[in-house]
Amino acid sequence: MRLSTKHLLGIKHLNKEDIQLILSTASNFKDVLQRPVKKVPSLRDVTIVNLFYENSTRTRMSFELAERRLSADTLNFTLSSSSAAKGETLLDTVNNILSMKVDMVVMRHSASGAPHFLAKHIPAAIVNAGDGINEHPTQALLDAFSMQEKFGHLEGLKVAIIGDIMHSRVALSDIYLLKKMGAEIVVAGPPTLIPKYITEALNVRVEYNVKKALQWCDVANVLRIQLERQNQPLFSSLREYSLAYGINRKLLESLGKEITIMHPGPINRGVELDSDVADGPFSIILNQVENGVAVRMAVLYLLANRDN
Amino acid sequence: MKTILSEKQLALVVKRLSHQIHENHLHLKDTVIIGIQPRGVNLSNRIVNELKLLSAPDSIKYGKLDITFYRDDVRNELHVANKTDIPFSIENKNVIIIDDVLYKGRTIRAALDALLDFGRPAKVELCVLIDRRFSREFPIQGDYVGQSIDTIFSQKVKVCWKEKDSRECVELLDN
Repeated sequence: MRLSTKHLLGIKHLNKEDIQLILSTASNFKDVLQRPVKKVPSLRDVTIVNLFYENSTRTRMSFELAERRLSADTLNFTLSSSSAAKGETLLDTVNNILSMKVDMVVMRHSASGAPHFLAKHIPAAIVNAGDGINEHPTQALLDAFSMQEKFGHLEGLKVAIIGDIMHSRVALSDIYLLKKMGAEIVVAGPPTLIPKYITEALNVRVEYNVKKALQWCDVANVLRIQLERQNQPLFSSLREYSLAYGINRKLLESLGKEITIMHPGPINRGVELDSDVADGPFSIILNQVENGVAVRMAVLYLLANRDN
Repeated sequence: MKTILSEKQLALVVKRLSHQIHENHLHLKDTVIIGIQPRGVNLSNRIVNELKLLSAPDSIKYGKLDITFYRDDVRNELHVANKTDIPFSIENKNVIIIDDVLYKGRTIRAALDALLDFGRPAKVELCVLIDRRFSREFPIQGDYVGQSIDTIFSQKVKVCWKEKDSRECVELLDN
């Protein structure tokens, strides 16, 4: 039993069996994380570099913790404190790191496709920790794990993905994954933040009225407004966005049903999500963070196999 | 193919192992039973059922241990993990590890590592159905042994259980 791929570049390249294997392995690792000794010796002989060309708190710490819980040795690279700031190319940096006998690369980059480029040129296994506006596969896997944990299944689950679909790598990975697992998806948000041909390309329903999307769904995955990736104004003001598309307690109470709230973090409180919703009883945001470690342990464990 | 234990013999051996465990751990007061996932659990289920007839059923503490993440060959061969379920403390307890076949001793080596992550047992004993003698790669031996057999490397011992293989026996296969 093994994954059909050598790298985790995106959910796009996984099949349903891969996803099931990762989720079931993650569930075993979640058990490990509840024990007094939250650590297993599986990757004792593996060295992993975390290559972060873009800022991150949750993902980097989650990966690092996952690596340590698997007993792997870890190296950290951050753009600001490295020679990449002196103009070294990505491939040079990585080849230099690999020549120091590093086995796996966890990588985040602001350019879409950077890990795919790397995968063509280096022998080590690569885990994509987010590339530009393309994919963030481990986030989608932990989202799916959290949904499965809450509802017991993914098939037939109604999921609304709300907010900045255009610039979100989480949205794309979530859509790929949930489609493969048989969930139903609606994307919702302002027309300027939803790609024009998304229905044709990905076969998802678009809803411009957030309340309607919420009324339909079991789970709302609310995404962050990615101001740093928007180089032209796509809505008039944050206040206006919040009024039309933000999710607050009043809106949730008006639905007449309970829905589960998810968010990949970091939250713009008061913009896409109000504090009383983010911290409220229907939010599983912190469960997502907890599950992230187990899911990343599963991915690293399954990719560390020597002869794949 | 050679049959090592028939269904009837297998049932007798399970009974004997249970009685031996019972003899050494009379009231099972400070003793816990741990079956190794996945195939050791079939044997430990049977032994625990026998022990329930021999002493107070609620005095028996029974858990299951998966050793996948503790294997020393993780990166050569990928194994799918099973559930670990040890709903009690093993601190200062006598632990009896149960597995179906003792061969190179690597599984038990991993099991000892895994076990120690749950606490510090007073004593650990090993109970196996089949002991493939003279093939150990670690200094490990069984305290309760169903049947010792001599095998060569190319042979395979197959333990069949009703719930998995729809028949009950132990066979030696020549490959």
